Amino acid sequence: MTVQIRSSIRFLLNHRLVELSAVSAVQTLLDFLRLDRNLRGTKEGCAEGDCGACTVLVGRLLEGRLKYESVNACIRFVGSLDGCHVVTVDSLAQPGGPLHPVQQAMVETHASQCGFCTPGFVMSLYGLWMENPKPSVAEIEKALQGNLCRCTGYAAIIRAAEAVSVIGDLDRDPLIAERATIIQKLESLKDGKRVEIGEGSERFLLPASVDDLAEIYVAEPKARIVAGSTDVGLWVTKFMRDIAPVVHLSHLDELRRIVVDETGITFGAGVSYTESFPLISKHFPQLTELWNRIGGQQVRNMGTIGGNIANGSPIGDTPPALIALGASVVLRLGKKRRTVLLEDFFIEYGKQDRQPGEFVEAVKIPFLPENALYAVYKITKRLDEDISAVCGAFRLTVDGAGTVTDAVIAYGGMAGTPKRASHAESALTGTAWTEASTEAAMEALAQDYTPLTDWRASADYRLLVAKNLLRRFYLETKGDEPVRLDRKQAV
Amino acid sequence: MNVMQPIERIRGGVHENERHESGHKHVTGTAEYIDDIPEPAGTLHAYLGLSQRAHAQILSIDFEPVLSAPGVLGILTADDITGENDVSPAHKHDDPVFATDKVEFHGQPIFAVIAETRDEARRAAARVRIDYQDLPHVTDVLEAAAANYPLVIDPLKLERGDIAAGFAKAKNILEGEMRIGGQDHFYLEGHISFAIPGEDDEILLYSSTQHPSETQHMVGQVLGVASNAVTINVRRMGGAFGGKETQANLFAAVAALAARKYRRAVKIRPDRDDDMTATGKRHDFHVGYKVGFDDDGRIEAVDATFSARCGFSADLSGPVTDRALFHADNCYFYPHVRLRSRPLKTNTVSNTAFRGFGGPQGMVGGERMIEEVAYALGKDPLEIRKLNFYGGGGRNLTPYHQTVEDNIIGRIIDELETSCDYAARREAVLAFNRKSQIIKRGIALTPVKFGISFTKTEYNQAGALVHVYADGSIHLNHGGTEMGQGLYTKVAQVVADEFQVDLDRIKVTATTTGKVPNTSATAASSGSDLNGMAAANAAQQIKARLVTFAAERWGVSEKDVAFEPNTIRIGAERMAFSDFIKIAYGSRIQLSAAGYYKTPKIHWNRSEGRGRPFFYYAYGASCSEVSIDTLTGEYQVDRTDVLHDVGKSLNPALDIGQVEGAFVQGMGWLTTEELWWDAKGRLRTHAPSTYKIPLASDRPRIFNVKLAEWSVNREETIRRSKAVGEPPFMLPISVLEAISMAAASVAEYRIAPRLDAPATPERVLLAIERMRRAARNG
Ligand SMILES: Cc1cc2nc3c(=O)[nH]c(=O)nc-3n(C[C@H](O)[C@H](O)[C@H](O)COP(=O)(O)OP(=O)(O)OC[C@H]3O[C@@H](n4cnc5c(N)ncnc54)[C@H](O)[C@@H]3O)c2cc1C
Ligand code: FES
Ligand code: FES
Repeated sequence: MTVQIRSSIRFLLNHRLVELSAVSAVQTLLDFLRLDRNLRGTKEGCAEGDCGACTVLVGRLLEGRLKYESVNACIRFVGSLDGCHVVTVDSLAQPGGPLHPVQQAMVETHASQCGFCTPGFVMSLYGLWMENPKPSVAEIEKALQGNLCRCTGYAAIIRAAEAVSVIGDLDRDPLIAERATIIQKLESLKDGKRVEIGEGSERFLLPASVDDLAEIYVAEPKARIVAGSTDVGLWVTKFMRDIAPVVHLSHLDELRRIVVDETGITFGAGVSYTESFPLISKHFPQLTELWNRIGGQQVRNMGTIGGNIANGSPIGDTPPALIALGASVVLRLGKKRRTVLLEDFFIEYGKQDRQPGEFVEAVKIPFLPENALYAVYKITKRLDEDISAVCGAFRLTVDGAGTVTDAVIAYGGMAGTPKRASHAESALTGTAWTEASTEAAMEALAQDYTPLTDWRASADYRLLVAKNLLRRFYLETKGDEPVRLDRKQAV
Repeated sequence: MNVMQPIERIRGGVHENERHESGHKHVTGTAEYIDDIPEPAGTLHAYLGLSQRAHAQILSIDFEPVLSAPGVLGILTADDITGENDVSPAHKHDDPVFATDKVEFHGQPIFAVIAETRDEARRAAARVRIDYQDLPHVTDVLEAAAANYPLVIDPLKLERGDIAAGFAKAKNILEGEMRIGGQDHFYLEGHISFAIPGEDDEILLYSSTQHPSETQHMVGQVLGVASNAVTINVRRMGGAFGGKETQANLFAAVAALAARKYRRAVKIRPDRDDDMTATGKRHDFHVGYKVGFDDDGRIEAVDATFSARCGFSADLSGPVTDRALFHADNCYFYPHVRLRSRPLKTNTVSNTAFRGFGGPQGMVGGERMIEEVAYALGKDPLEIRKLNFYGGGGRNLTPYHQTVEDNIIGRIIDELETSCDYAARREAVLAFNRKSQIIKRGIALTPVKFGISFTKTEYNQAGALVHVYADGSIHLNHGGTEMGQGLYTKVAQVVADEFQVDLDRIKVTATTTGKVPNTSATAASSGSDLNGMAAANAAQQIKARLVTFAAERWGVSEKDVAFEPNTIRIGAERMAFSDFIKIAYGSRIQLSAAGYYKTPKIHWNRSEGRGRPFFYYAYGASCSEVSIDTLTGEYQVDRTDVLHDVGKSLNPALDIGQVEGAFVQGMGWLTTEELWWDAKGRLRTHAPSTYKIPLASDRPRIFNVKLAEWSVNREETIRRSKAVGEPPFMLPISVLEAISMAAASVAEYRIAPRLDAPATPERVLLAIERMRRAARNG
């Protein structure tokens, strides 16, 4: 198959079509907006995806449907925007014209003080409003997990979010009213070509298809695959690493497919946390909280499960959860595919079972057996948008006689890789599921792990809390009384 | 003259819920911060090269890889400094712009790269090769004391009564210690300076600074030019919180040096990680205390030492540690007291001002002693608090010999206690804890008394410039800076009120040393107190001229000339303000005035530890209820009620915003915000990924914030209002104490939990474990 090549990217920026042929692989959307286009409403607060000052909306098509999502412009590469619609705060109100309802609400509720975080909040709330015009306070807080404000204490911002629909009429919003036209414009940008731009440290590619990706990656195994760029973005903005040539995959609809069959769910490697959320929370309600606590909304909109796994970090949140479920990854090298159990994918710190030129194509998660007990707990300093100090995942099968027939326990943050606790597992397997056996397994964890001390937690705390999570799991399955904070909805 | 019907009142006068003057610009992204200003063609960018060692001799530096990097024009080192290599605000000569032969903390600036783009400058700076010879380093306060590290500045001692006699009389004596962590400001807009060279030795700077006059002075000092050659402009900052009181000076000096050297505009903006690594923070404290009390819990004597991690230089550590001592009493009378500060040098970034300025640390120490007494006696800490409040015969003298004259804490506590239903809820919490095994609750009600005025007396002055243009529009400028607190809005409201014109007739322009000279830092919560008064004074001068003019011109007595809403009443007749101004201009009346104010009554003798450092006090109280998970140490603030005193508020909406914002910021300080240094002396929590300030979902699940509407400042402040910036920052001490109570439940409240700050889930869990062990061992 011969692919056609285009040497430019094309996207809509607010009301205009932008075509770029001289753009670097490491050009961030934020710098592009501020320095190249002089659109300075979008701010930089951290350049690492954690503060939300740079929030813009990116509209992406998936099978004819257009969805606008908040993203962090600071860690988003311009190269990934081919075929997208980028909406920045600068476009919401015309000079001298009326404010957008979100903006109006923020002004009326005194929701800005220094104002530096404000454009980011406006964009996050705009993204929320489009999807959910009458959000609950919990939904507002979820949409704002990726936005820091140091001045207001947030109360006024929440009031603003609640007031938007009172002030404005969603149907009259330009991005809603003109959706058909925008979709048409975006569809017309899709020409099925491979995009290849730049040379050396500037070079990047957008494969035409997954097959094309496979071909490119075999030919250039040193290329850096970029999915949501929520990890890779920081290598550029924080460590100033060279990552070219870059191969993007966020534009590949094929990798965003989700297949549910009777055995489980298969997520394409490009499926984001946000996209996977409805099915995850439906089939694995035990994962709802975890999913809601990965990054902030912007990171969940960009970041992928595939990236979380491929990144191989010992503190990534999905690996322990998915290992406990017995998930596997589909790896692809050229035309060849193989399936590897997720727990075997992580070999040691910084090393995964992935050959040169091989990429993650999909993640398969089997459904839980009917009588299985399953839970995942994430422990952080701050409730939301924080990296785990410890993340523990537990799956037990207990037979009718109350005996544990199968135990899978995996932790993140306790070793150089996401790792199963084999001693604790054997302490439980074959015994009755009781407080005594739980305590024996808790003690066995000390044999399984020698955690480190760092800024997130001390080794002592990590081990202690890892043990206590097992106790929590036990108590929770016994169901006597609440053993977790009931995360109250604010009023 | 027209005969006009009077209208009732102006739009946007004082005591109104006026919106922030830039609100509509914030939300549209059109409010201009320094990085948003269009750069003149040829603008260059500077980037700092920072020390990679905590304490070391610099043996040699190889700049070749830096200089050969793309886009680089050159570097700046101490050798390029034409004036003094020093920006010490304490005038101690201990704060070099660039380190020379020795570095004293990890992250200390050594040089700057100048390049065509910021990205090029930043990449080039990372390429430097420096040979260091390591020296022993110390990052921790107690280790510094043990290693005989020096004090960065003279300590303070406050003493009153007879401490030995006090302890001799006390039936109970407890000793303890507490650690209180520091805090990064995390202003959303990081440091930035933008310099444009002018003619001769002139330089124009846009600097994100809370203290333009000091920045001006420091830039002059580093360049070796007089202050009149340097102009500092700042329209607004994207947050500051004290972090831009002195810390902006270095960036301004570097931009200015580079602009002078290359004769081109130069901008400098560190990345967030470098900003957090290279600039000062709130001081961490160690408090060693001894408290004597009777069986009811009445305090007889207090002896406490407040040791602070000051970092490598003095900066503002003197006044910060002083203010810690000034607030160690919070609302309580100590019959016999000795408080000492120990501002210790450490090999860390030099700590600086941060909302509350040491006061919060002092107050947390004071409240810890209350908690100790309560747990020792098995009583509700609130009962101990009430017993020790200032008030009653001979019980109004602070450790610094200022008499508390305006005490309203009793009424605030009574009202809050009732409105939040404290007693019943405390019973419910105790009942809940008896039943619930894993989840425990705690509740605490804590007071705040915060002294208002700069303790450095000369800072308690301010200037303003008011022009009334011939078309009746008004231009207002003052020495205060806008960092989000709404200062520009409030001062404009004051001027609107003076002239009795609608607020939209007034334009507040960027703070600049060219319009109002010799200003003080916008700090110590003093912004509206000082600048509001100065602006009112300017307006009054113009009004006085106008009244005299009107009386003469229309032949009425001065008493019969009045500024009424948007009109002037002259005798029985009225004229539109703008018409009147036109006539006044035509009659050659000077329509511009420079206003001035200095705070009365205050004085302070530091060597004796005596005086009246504060013009007045602001009060407040909060009650917080929390739940904790005793398996993990995780917690949640279930409810907070606040009653806070801002006197007669200039703008209740903005004041509520200050209280809510300060509460959440203070809560972050006491809970999840942790500064963590590794063994090499590197700060490892230097970005939002590792340093966790509160999110929307962290704020109390129920959050009732009220102003004490009945409060009126008994001193003659601007419209009888009170300062609001800092005092509410200490309200969330109730959160810390509520967490502590919940933890104490595991040992039946018999052991004081001695929970240090920040109370991260880890500290909470480890405190629980400690108490469980202690309870088991009897
Ligand atoms: C603010 C913030 C908060 C975060 N919070 C969390 C958190 O709470 N929990 C958590 O686990 N993580 C968190 N992360 C990390 C990150 O979001 C996740 O790891 C995310 O899942 C990465 O996915 P991505 O698509 O963005 O990967 P990318 O950054 O695009 O890539 C990450 C790595 O995976 C490789 N890669 C990606 N896709 C493939 C593929 N299909 N085949 C082969 N290699 C591939 C890339 O080459 C790279 O090495 C956070 C990040 C940020 C910025
Ligand atoms: S700048 Fe902070 S998230 Fe992008
Ligand atoms: S208003 Fe200042 S950070 Fe949000």
